[in-house]
Amino acid sequence: MTQKKIIEVRALSKFLGDREILTDISFEAYEKDITVILGGSGAGKSVLLKHLLGLYIGEVGTVHILGKDIAEMEEEDLKDLYIQMGVFFQNGGLLNSLTVGENIALPLEQHTDLNDDLIKRVVWSKLQLVNLTDAYYLYPSQLSGGMLKRAALARAIVMDPRLLFCDEPGAGLDPVSLAALDELILNLREQMGMSIVIITHEVSSILRIADRIIFIDRGEKIFQGSLKNALESNIEQVHQFLEMGRSFPVNK
Amino acid sequence: MIKLEHNKDIPPVHFEFTGNTLFLKYSLSVYNTEQFMAKASRALESFDQKNLEINLDQLDYIDSVGVAGLNLLREKFRQRGFKITFTGGKEHIKKKLEIFSLHESITDKEVSRPSFFEKIGEAFDGLLRDYIYIFIILMANVVYWSVSDIFISKKQRRGEFYNQAVLIGVNAIWIVGALAFIIGLVMALQSSVQLRNFGANIYIVDLTVIAMMSEMGPLITAIIVAGRSGSSIAAEIATMKVTSELDALRTMGLHPVRFVVIPKMHGSIVTMPFLTLLANVMGILGGMVIAFVYLDITPQVFINRMTESLYNRDIFIGIFKSLVFASIIVLTGSFFGLRVKEGAEGVGKVTTKAVVTSISMVMVADSIMGLLFY
Repeated sequence: MTQKKIIEVRALSKFLGDREILTDISFEAYEKDITVILGGSGAGKSVLLKHLLGLYIGEVGTVHILGKDIAEMEEEDLKDLYIQMGVFFQNGGLLNSLTVGENIALPLEQHTDLNDDLIKRVVWSKLQLVNLTDAYYLYPSQLSGGMLKRAALARAIVMDPRLLFCDEPGAGLDPVSLAALDELILNLREQMGMSIVIITHEVSSILRIADRIIFIDRGEKIFQGSLKNALESNIEQVHQFLEMGRSFPVNK
Repeated sequence: MIKLEHNKDIPPVHFEFTGNTLFLKYSLSVYNTEQFMAKASRALESFDQKNLEINLDQLDYIDSVGVAGLNLLREKFRQRGFKITFTGGKEHIKKKLEIFSLHESITDKEVSRPSFFEKIGEAFDGLLRDYIYIFIILMANVVYWSVSDIFISKKQRRGEFYNQAVLIGVNAIWIVGALAFIIGLVMALQSSVQLRNFGANIYIVDLTVIAMMSEMGPLITAIIVAGRSGSSIAAEIATMKVTSELDALRTMGLHPVRFVVIPKMHGSIVTMPFLTLLANVMGILGGMVIAFVYLDITPQVFINRMTESLYNRDIFIGIFKSLVFASIIVLTGSFFGLRVKEGAEGVGKVTTKAVVTSISMVMVADSIMGLLFY
C-alpha cells in the first residue's frame, strides 16, 4: 500500500540578504512515518523547519503541508492547519506564568468551547501519556529538563495533531532521558498514529526512531531515504555523520 | 459550540437507542463531543433502565476529547445510579479508548485556607523575612563595597563606572533639564497670580529659588531617574539572574552585588548631584521667564533678589537629598532585580515594583529629610 504524502517540498530556496540559506530543496514526508531532518550545525535545518511551519516563505519553490500550499493559505486556513499540527520546541516554549496543566489546556481553551471538566480530562490523559500527571499543578520553573520536555510534548499533542514537528527534542538531555523521550515519541506515533518530523543531530536518537532521513548540508539536500539506506550510503557527509553514532545501541 | 472552523467535513454526531443500547455512529471528536454529551444527557434523563450499553461498532473515528466525553458521561450517570458500559468498536477505536482513558483519578489540589490572623501573620513574617531582612543585607553589602571599592579600583571592571555614569547621569541631562524648566515655569505661573493680587511680586523669586533648590529640584530629578534608570537597573539585573549570568559570576568567584551593583551605585552617586543642580538651574530659569513676562521682574532684579534669599544651606540640603535619592534608586532597583523568580514575566513584574517602590521611598525619604532640615 502506498503511503500518503503529508509534506511535499518542491525546489525550495531561501535567501537571507545575499546569502542563499536553502538551495533547491525537494523532499516528501509520509503519513505515520518518523522523518528526521538531519544535518550539522548551521546546515539550514531550523530555517527549513520554519518554512514547514509557515513562519518563513521561500523565494522559490513550494511547501505543501497536509496537501495544502502553505504560502497560498489565508490566515484563517492557516489557523486551521496549525490546529492539526503540533510543534514541540527545543526549549519547551511553555509559558512560565502558567502551571503545566494550564499550559497544556491553553490550545483547547483558545480553539474550542469545551467545558472545563472535559478539558481537564483531556489534559490529564495527555499528561498520563507522557507520564507526568504529578506535574499538573507545577510551574515550568519547578520542572527538571526532562520533565519540561515531556510537558512540552504533552502540549504539542493536546489537539491530537495529525502532524507533529519536534525541533531538537533531545537538546540538553542526558542519554538516559534522551532514550526515554525517543521511546515516548515512538509510542505516540504507535498509539496516536501521528506523522512526526524531527529536526535533530543526535545520532543515537536518529538510529532509534527514524524511518526516513533527509540530510541537509550547507543548505542543500544531499540525501533522502530510509535509515537503512542512510547507514549504507556512500555519500561522505552522511556516512561520516552517522558513523559517529554507531557505537550506540541500535534497536531498529 | 465549537469554534473550530475546519469541521465542515466532520459528520454531526449521530446515535440511536435500541432497548438499553445506544449505538454511536461515525465520529466523536473535539468538534462534536459537547454536542453529543448534551444530546445524550437529555436522552438519558428519560431513560428508565439502570444499565446502558454504548455500542461503538459503527464509530469510525474518535479522538482524546471524544474519549474524555464518553468517560465523563459514564461518570456523571454512575453518580445517579446508572451503569454504562462500552461495547464493540473497531481495533483503532478500542486502542484510543485504552490510551486516552484515565488510569488514575484526577487529583484536586488541596487548597488550605488560612484564617484572617494567620494571613496577617504570614504577610508580616514574609515582609520581614523576604523584604526587610534581605534589603538590609543588600544595603550593608552595597555600603561596604561602595566605600571599599573606591580604594580598590582593581576590583571593578575597567570603564564600568564611566559607562554607568553616562547611562544614569549624562543621558538623562536633556529630559531632566527640560522637565525641570517646565515645572519651574508652571510653579511660578501658578504663584504669580496670587502674589500679584497682594502686590508681593518680588517674592516669586524667593518662592521659586527656595522651592527648586531644596525641594523640587532633587525630587523631580529623583523621580525621573527612578523611572528611567531604576527600571533599567531592575530589568538588567533580573534578566541577568533569569539567564544565569549572576550564577556564572558567582562561580567565577565574583560577587554579583559587587560586580554589577556597585558600579551603578558609584555612577549614580556621582552624577545625581550634578543632575539635581541642573534641575535647580533650569527650574529657576523657568521661574525667571514667568517673573519677567507676567510680573515685570527683570533677570537682573531676579538674580539680585536670588542672592539675598538663597543660603548655602538650601543648596547643600538639595545636594544631600540627591545623594540619598541616588542610593535609594540603585538599591531598590537592584533589590527587586535580584529577587526575580520567574522568566520573562517576572522581569516585567520586578521592574514595575522597582519603579513604584523607589518613587514611594524617595517621597518618604524626602518627607523625613524635610522634617529634619526644616
